[in-house]
Amino acid sequence: MIKARVTVTLKNGVLDPQGKAIEGALGSLGFEGVHQVRQGKVFDLEVDTLDRAKAEEQLKAMCEKLLANTVIENYSIALV
Amino acid sequence: MKSAVVQLPGLNRDRDMIAALTRISGQAPVTVWQTETEIPDVDLIVIPGGFSYGDYLRCGAIAARMPVMQAIREKAAQGVKVLGVCNGFQILVEAGMLPGALMRNASLKFVCKEVRLEVVNADTDFTRAYAQGQIIRCPVAHHDGNYFVEAETLKSMEDKGQIVFRYAEGTNPNGSMMDIAGVVNEAGNVLGMMPHPENLIEAAHGGTDGRGIFASALDVIAA
Repeated sequence: MIKARVTVTLKNGVLDPQGKAIEGALGSLGFEGVHQVRQGKVFDLEVDTLDRAKAEEQLKAMCEKLLANTVIENYSIALV
Repeated sequence: MKSAVVQLPGLNRDRDMIAALTRISGQAPVTVWQTETEIPDVDLIVIPGGFSYGDYLRCGAIAARMPVMQAIREKAAQGVKVLGVCNGFQILVEAGMLPGALMRNASLKFVCKEVRLEVVNADTDFTRAYAQGQIIRCPVAHHDGNYFVEAETLKSMEDKGQIVFRYAEGTNPNGSMMDIAGVVNEAGNVLGMMPHPENLIEAAHGGTDGRGIFASALDVIAA
């Protein structure tokens, strides 16, 4: 079994109203000088294989098919 | 003309849609459950609004991967008309049957109100009952209707008349790019829109502005 972490982030140029709201909230808590807050998603998964290349290939397919919307999001895969 | 309404767990506007289609076409639509792999012979397939799969992951993302969507994709390729309203629109973009994506409203708030729509393209299977440039009333109720599409695709969509409805008179409720409220695919037989025309089709609703979309798609404009 291989553990993996998939990180999905908004592409550059895609507006992120939630990130903006969080940035505003950080400012109102007194954290000054915080810019460009972008909200993303993290998925932790376990894959039933010991073959790292195969796991990576499967995870890439999962990202393309479901975990990310590649119209607006990028993804990165890290095997633990 | 015959129609079908798709049902998925979490969709809640299916009954409104069934009522609208029944009233306008004179016959009840068939209902199709998410696991079905074959769709009966119909002229129009409607994916109604709601919160399929609790909006988990992204609105419409999980519904878009259900078996029924492959069947709908095949029917659409054969030229059958497909209408997605609200969550139905989100499902169609997630399924890649329409360009772009629907993001969280710019206000971050759920909006439930009436807007004005401009009929930007009255020369589609869904808008023939309207005049080009006509302004109609229509209710909206959504949290993620902020339409985004990359610049290059947007240009191509504009050139091909794929922008069908825009929010008019400053009523854009969600920050949608270019005030886009509804788009069709290149072939012109798949329409997705955030507003709910099924909720403005009879006097009891306070107006009939939404009727034209169904009358056009069901070919009963004169009725």
